[in-house]
Amino acid sequence: MTQQILALDINGLEKCFDRPAVSGLDLQVKGGEFYALLGPNGAGKTTTLRMVAGLLQPDAGSISVFGIDARLNQVEAKSIVAWVSDEPMIYDKLTPLEYLEFISGLWQIDANEAEARSLELLGWLGLTPHMNERCGGFSKGMRQKVALAGALVHDPKLIILDEPLTGLDAGSARQVKDVLLNRVKEGVTVIMTTHILEVAERMAERIGVIADGRLIAEGTLEELRQQSGQNETNLEEIFLSLVADHQDEAKAA
Amino acid sequence: MTVRPATTLWFARHEINLAFRDWVSMMTAGKRHRQSTIVIILLIAAGILHLIANAIIGPWVSSGVGIDKPTLVMLTGSGLLFFSLMMSQAMESVTRAYYARSDLDLILSSPASSNRLFAVRTGAITLTTIALSSLLASPFINMLAFHGGAKWLSAYLVLAGLGGFATSLSVILTLTLFKTIGPQKTRLAAQIVAAIVGATFIIGIQTVAIIAYNSISRFSVLQSPELITMAPNIESLVWLPAKAAIGEMRELLIFLSICFATLGMVIIRSSKSFGRLATEAAGISERKIENASAPRAFKKMTTRQALRSKEWALLRRDPWLVSQTLMQILYLLPPAVLMWINFGESTSALVIVIPVLVMSAGQLAGGLAWLAISGEDAPDLVATAPIQPRSILIAKIEAILSVIGMILLPLVITIAFISPYFALVTIIGVALSAGSATAIQLWFRVQAKRTMFRRRQVSSRTATLAEAFSSIMWAGMAALLAAQYTLFIAPALFAVAVLAFARMMRPKPE
Repeated sequence: MTQQILALDINGLEKCFDRPAVSGLDLQVKGGEFYALLGPNGAGKTTTLRMVAGLLQPDAGSISVFGIDARLNQVEAKSIVAWVSDEPMIYDKLTPLEYLEFISGLWQIDANEAEARSLELLGWLGLTPHMNERCGGFSKGMRQKVALAGALVHDPKLIILDEPLTGLDAGSARQVKDVLLNRVKEGVTVIMTTHILEVAERMAERIGVIADGRLIAEGTLEELRQQSGQNETNLEEIFLSLVADHQDEAKAA
Repeated sequence: MTVRPATTLWFARHEINLAFRDWVSMMTAGKRHRQSTIVIILLIAAGILHLIANAIIGPWVSSGVGIDKPTLVMLTGSGLLFFSLMMSQAMESVTRAYYARSDLDLILSSPASSNRLFAVRTGAITLTTIALSSLLASPFINMLAFHGGAKWLSAYLVLAGLGGFATSLSVILTLTLFKTIGPQKTRLAAQIVAAIVGATFIIGIQTVAIIAYNSISRFSVLQSPELITMAPNIESLVWLPAKAAIGEMRELLIFLSICFATLGMVIIRSSKSFGRLATEAAGISERKIENASAPRAFKKMTTRQALRSKEWALLRRDPWLVSQTLMQILYLLPPAVLMWINFGESTSALVIVIPVLVMSAGQLAGGLAWLAISGEDAPDLVATAPIQPRSILIAKIEAILSVIGMILLPLVITIAFISPYFALVTIIGVALSAGSATAIQLWFRVQAKRTMFRRRQVSSRTATLAEAFSSIMWAGMAALLAAQYTLFIAPALFAVAVLAFARMMRPKPE
């Protein structure tokens, strides 16, 4: 029997700043899966994902992306991963097209292929009329869409998004969600943190709940319902119940 | 003491509080425990500056200073130098008062009077302008008072008057720009004017010194018999500030009355339009800028080429950064004139030119290196790209050094025509100076927005001082090497020691 390679395999991950941010985290995400990572503020979601993207060095533990040891072979792992943060990191003085050309250069994508892909992505995201305008005058939604186009232009196998829908209007949020769901249909793995629980409920195949740097619950919505003992309720109730139980346990300990 | 909210006094207290915290954070780089160290360093620096000032003006004052034309010319010239610096600083600050958004949106959206806020902010600009100039001039004024008597302390009051007048002119100039070219272009135009005003006087007087006296020192102009003969009689009103600085009470009172009356009138007249203009200025970031050139096909690039062309595009498209960079190039003008005048005649002028080039290269490299290394607007994007961090750094350093090369190459080629040996010395000096400044920026890198460029020195005092000292030492080395003195080893060793110290002091990675 062949074993399916995991898109992301995290074991015993630890990171400590002034206090432990991630404490012995184990997390597995399957290839082609849409995975939502939830947790209260300061739970360690962003720190975990930044370590996966190679933006932070873990203190301990292992991270494997499609079988590649991301700590040992950073460059190889980065070539198949895309990172989108809640604060779009783009250049005000470049146009969306120039930004995508720059990213194609960084990821060494064939120029013709990158150009065709860029135009297609900008079209999907409704940015074609603005592709030759400098990003400096763009709204938050437009900036986030440019950043998303940048994440997709190098055709990553794993897309990590940290609160990508924060501050987006309904139309922009719909465009971003549609693009992500299309990618998942094509076999791309998406890991996303969000505080908008409805989005996680509707889009994610599996949901992980993280608190105090550890995974406290994981599964499909139905599995989480069972774990929390709250049948026929929505994700918000389940999430609040799981976090409250964890805090009670932590206090008791 | 309880102050009624939204009054002028209340705004003043708010501004003073913020300004003080900002100053402390600037001096200590956010590390409060460094305060006592900073005080000791400042005291030592003040002591050294007083000794230097004493050496320069001590003999002049001791020989007796009267109200004569040479004295008035010298004092007026020095006053103009300070006034140009004050104008530059005030223009920059006034522009910021209209454009910086930090708490302006909050205050403008409140029912509090924007007129009062503007009055307080203009007052604060005047005070900071006066404070900076007084700080710079204090070693000289104190030494004048030490040798020539307490009457010289009135020079501080003259500086205060000049500060008020400079602020008034800056407000008038900024408002004129608003009216004539609109809020979209005013910020950039005002910042360029500020930069040029700050440099013009010193560069102009140096250029005149070179053309007329074949010397780079401005004192050769201020002490020249031609200028003294051409200058108006001592009864002329032109000498009002100079006489006031010497301690003539009547002139001092007239001068201060003119300056502060102008400031008061300008504040009253301009504060009415402050709210409206600041709101207009807020709208400019919303405007779209479309690239003039038609979209072109994607180019095949290596990762290093991609990074380099991005750096160049960002620099090229930021007129403010270009103006800041060009400002440093402006200082190359006097040595270029000196070279032009002496071309084919003598190589002795090059001994003066080479250190200026070397020092400029260091300063230019420091600024550009900060932009490329620390001022990365999309650090996560670059850090998640499949490239070795080393390659990213190499590409960025290549981008910086190529810009410096482009700027200095014509001058180096000209030197090579005069003397290949001097050209070689220049290349060595420029490479060491630029390389050192880049290395220091690398060791002290911090993540910041490019818009923070103006405050890059704030991030680390050690880095700023090390950058300045290493540039000066490499310049000294180049001058001595050009003059073929074996003593060139001394500044070179000192520069290496500065670099070693900076490396030792660099922040440790987390």
